[in-house]
Parts: sequence; structure tokens; C-alpha cells
Amino acid sequence: MNSRPMATIASSPRLRRQSEDTHAVSDLLELANDFPLLSRTVRGGKPLVYLDTGATSQKPESVLAAERTFNQTHNAAVHRGAHQIAEEATEAFEAARSGVAQFVGVDFDEIVWTKNATEALNLVTHGFLNATLGRGGSEASRYRLTSDDEIVVTELEHHANLVPWQELAAKTGARLRWIPVTEEGRIDLEQLDVITERTRVVAFTHASNVTGAITDVPRIVERAQEVGAYTVLDACQSAAHMPVDFHELGIDFAAFSGHKMLGPTGVGVLYGRKDLLQALPPFLTGGSMVEVVTMGETTFMPPPQRFEAGTQMVAQTVGLHAAVDYLSGIGMGQLSAHEDHLAGLMLEGLSAVPGVRVLGPTGSENRLAVVAFDVSGVHPHDVGQILDDQGIAVRVGHHCAQPVHRAFGVHASTRASAGAYTTSRDIETFIDGLHKVVRFFA
Amino acid sequence: MQQLYQQVILDNSRARSGEGELTAPHGQSFQVNPTCGDECTVQVAVENNRVSHLAWTGRGCSISQASLSLMYEMVDGEQLERVELLGETFRELIHNRGHELNPGKMEQLEDLSAFTGVGRYSARVKCALLGWMALRDALVQAQRSTSGPGQGPQTQA
Repeated sequence: MNSRPMATIASSPRLRRQSEDTHAVSDLLELANDFPLLSRTVRGGKPLVYLDTGATSQKPESVLAAERTFNQTHNAAVHRGAHQIAEEATEAFEAARSGVAQFVGVDFDEIVWTKNATEALNLVTHGFLNATLGRGGSEASRYRLTSDDEIVVTELEHHANLVPWQELAAKTGARLRWIPVTEEGRIDLEQLDVITERTRVVAFTHASNVTGAITDVPRIVERAQEVGAYTVLDACQSAAHMPVDFHELGIDFAAFSGHKMLGPTGVGVLYGRKDLLQALPPFLTGGSMVEVVTMGETTFMPPPQRFEAGTQMVAQTVGLHAAVDYLSGIGMGQLSAHEDHLAGLMLEGLSAVPGVRVLGPTGSENRLAVVAFDVSGVHPHDVGQILDDQGIAVRVGHHCAQPVHRAFGVHASTRASAGAYTTSRDIETFIDGLHKVVRFFA
Repeated sequence: MQQLYQQVILDNSRARSGEGELTAPHGQSFQVNPTCGDECTVQVAVENNRVSHLAWTGRGCSISQASLSLMYEMVDGEQLERVELLGETFRELIHNRGHELNPGKMEQLEDLSAFTGVGRYSARVKCALLGWMALRDALVQAQRSTSGPGQGPQTQA
């Protein structure tokens, strides 16, 4: 692949200049200036403290510029047309695929573009469904499910990695089972015997969007492989915050989304091991994914095009390419260390706020800087409102994960989640703000 | 924030009126706010064109709980016509982006006028209206099911 044809604004992440900071707590990274939105104020002139990265991340100037440049100079439909800008657009689109593939340690033709991670997971479940319905020929028979089969998920899942499997089970007659969570909010590895000889697929999260717990992926993959089950990983929270290598993890399929990793909305990614994608029947059908179409039937292209029906989100893939370049520029190890530091500050701060219970691991090992918590006697909506009044943006509700909230005995929670641009000052402001919440409702 | 969390709202979210269940309601409705999982069930008995009994159960934020509590105080025992009008006016207030309605309507709302500030926060509109949605639905069911005067349901809790 050629390098991208557009000239993007070089916005390399800056390391913090130690000498200029008189603040008590030092940060490994000071990146907020790269993110235009973070300079705005909210609620009557208050500086924005953005702690809702787990829901969606802000985008650096380099990502915004990459999309703008593409639209201004290279916009054309991809994989068709013989003109110059069609070639440029196709090159940019495929270069983005290679860039993202490299970022997660896989080959370019193992990356499928989707609208978001939810669609990526539905692509997999519908692949199983269509195979069960007899589509995809003998190759696809490996995905056929019967009422003797079991699908295993976990109690920790986001609804996006639970509901599609419920639907698949309901449609095929396969039985849905799940691995419970521990009191600490981790997938309970003592209960991997839920995975049996009947298990055909194990779908689980790499890192919880509620508890922040990072899963011991190799343990689950090992157990799944013992029984010959496929593994499907929800990498939405992990891909944006820690080094991720799907080949090394040995996972079969994985899904993540652009907008959670400093990229645009409207683009998600499915990783599928090469031989598995080759055997998987398509989900969405139509233009761009076909070889020969007659009035009676159609043959489909090989992966990844087989799974990319219709006009693609080209500018967004280019934006996502800029985002992974930006993240690589920081270094995912460096970013992870920065966020570990922030997680530690959050947990320490929260432990001193009266009536606060963290829903998740209270130590900063093997967890992200994603911390959901309950404030005794104060509803999350009210917590979020008082924080918002101080310019602090957090998430309230069940964060699309009702079962894990139920496991903790609550219906909803407040969640603070950090990103590359978050600083220790943000965390201090948040903790101070939370003390005010408790005083307000005392 | 004091404009949103008026004292009457904070007080009613703590000391709530009308929580409980009816033994034989004429109509009831369960409503849920899918963004936060808050939910409530409102039960009504209707006799002689009046809401003779109202009771509710539920969980939620201070806005939704206070709204249910004040709804009970304003609606229990009232004429259906007045209840319907009150609901309409309250919905109008909550959708008025934080501005007061005309003085006549504000007076009609009595303590419910404390919710004026909620309208400034679009994310909280559903909180204030959850109970009233349940009430409207419960009354529709009650009007379908009521078959003349009978033994009035009693409040259990």
C-alpha cells in the first residue's frame, strides 16, 4: 500500500515539559491542547472536564484535519471508477485498513469496516445464523448451530455483545449460557467450566465499560480452544487504551469502534482470522460485495469486501487511520502507563468520598481508568447533574450493561472514564466536585 | 443548581407521599426510562369521575421521585377533568425549556411549579414526566375497566 495521498497536519503528541508544571501531581502526557473541543467551556463559562471517554472520545486536530482534507481533495467512491480521484480515495481507504490492521497486530485483509462495533458483532452472529440457514455452502457448515449447541457469554458484557447472541440463540435453538462476574467485577475464571464440549462460541469483553476490569484473555481462549469453540472479543474499551495484538491473543474475531479511540463516529472494525472470514457467509448484501449477479443468484467476493456492502464510510476510515497514527505516536505502552496513573488517582480520591462504593476492582492493577461507582442515597442522575453544573462530564445510567449492575445490586451508576488527554488536574476537579455532590444531598 | 433542585423537590424526594399498592386497582401502568433504568408503577381507582385512590411504587432520581410524590398529593381524590388538565399543564411546563407558564397556569400547578427549572435540562424531562406518563396510561385503563361504583380499593402500604 502506498502512503496516504493527503497531506495531514502533523500533530505529534507532545511529552509534558516537567519544568513548567508547578502542580503537585505530574502527568506522563499533556495532550489536551491537541483536542480542540477540550478548550470550550460549558454551563456558563466553566472549563470542561471531560470524563466520558468510555462513551465516546474527543478527537485530535490531526483526525479532524485528515477527514477534512480527504473530503476537500480526494473524495470519490472507492473500488470503482477509473478516474484519478477514485484511485486516490481507494488508496486512502485501503491504507487506512492497513494502518488499523498494523495497530492491532493483524493482516490487512483480516480487517472489515463496519458502521460501529455493534454492527461488527452482529455481522458475526448473522454469519452463524446464515450458515445455520444453509447459506455459504459446505465451507460455512462449521458455523451451523443446532439445539445441541451452546453459546457462552459473560455477565460483564455490554448489551452489544449480549443481545445479538441472545437473538442468535433464539433463532437457532442453541442454548445461551454465561460466565458470572466476581464480587470485584471481573469475569469469574473459576467458573470456566461453563464452557463445555457443547460450546460452539465464547463471546466476552477484553475490558469492561463498567468495572474497568481487564480480562485475562489467554485463559479464556485456552479453555475455548480445548473444546473447539470460537472466540469473539469485544475490544471497544481495550483497543483505545492499551497495546492490543489479536494474533498474539489467539482470538478468532474481535470488534471495536473508531469513535472510542479518538477517531470519527460511523466507522467500526471487525477483525476475523483469515480462514474464518473466508468461510463466513455475508451479513449485509448488495452492491460492492459481489462477483457475478444474475437474476437468480449471486456469487460473493472474498473477504473483506464480502462484508462491506454498499457505499463505504471512506472519510471516517481515513479519520480512524489518523487516530491510530496519533495513538501510535504516543505509544500505547506510554498511554497505558499514563492512564494507570489516572486510575490510581481516581480510586484513591473516590475512597475518601463518604458513601461512595466503587463497582469494580479497587486496585489499579489489570484495570482501565474507567470507574463506575454508587453514591449512597444519591441517584446517579442527581450525581451527574451536580457534576455537570461544575463543568464535569460523566456518564450516568446503566452504561448499556444492565446485567452487571444487577450483579452489584444497583440499577444504575455514575461512571468517570479517562482518555489520553485526561490530566491529574481533571481527576482532582472531579473528586472535589463529587465531595460537593455529597454535601448537596446530605 | 438551586433553581433545579428546589427545596420542595428535595423534600419530596426524601419524604415521599403516596408510595404503596392498591389491593384492587381499576387501572395501573408500569413505565421505565430506558436511559437510566428508572421505573415506576402507578395504580388508580376511579369512582364518580374522581381519582378516588392513587398509589405508586418505583425507584429513580430525586426529580422522578419528587414528581411522583407531588403527583399523588395533587391528584389523589381529585376530579378526573381537573387531573387531566393538571397533567397537560405540567407537561407544558416541563417542555417549556425552563421558562414559567402564564400566571394562571403557574397558580394551577401549585407546588408542581417547583419543576420549572427541569425544562432547562433535556436529559431530565423524562424524569419529571415518568410518573405522569404512568398516570395517564393507568387512567385510560381504569376508564376501560370500571363498571359502576363498587367496593373502593384500599391502600395497602
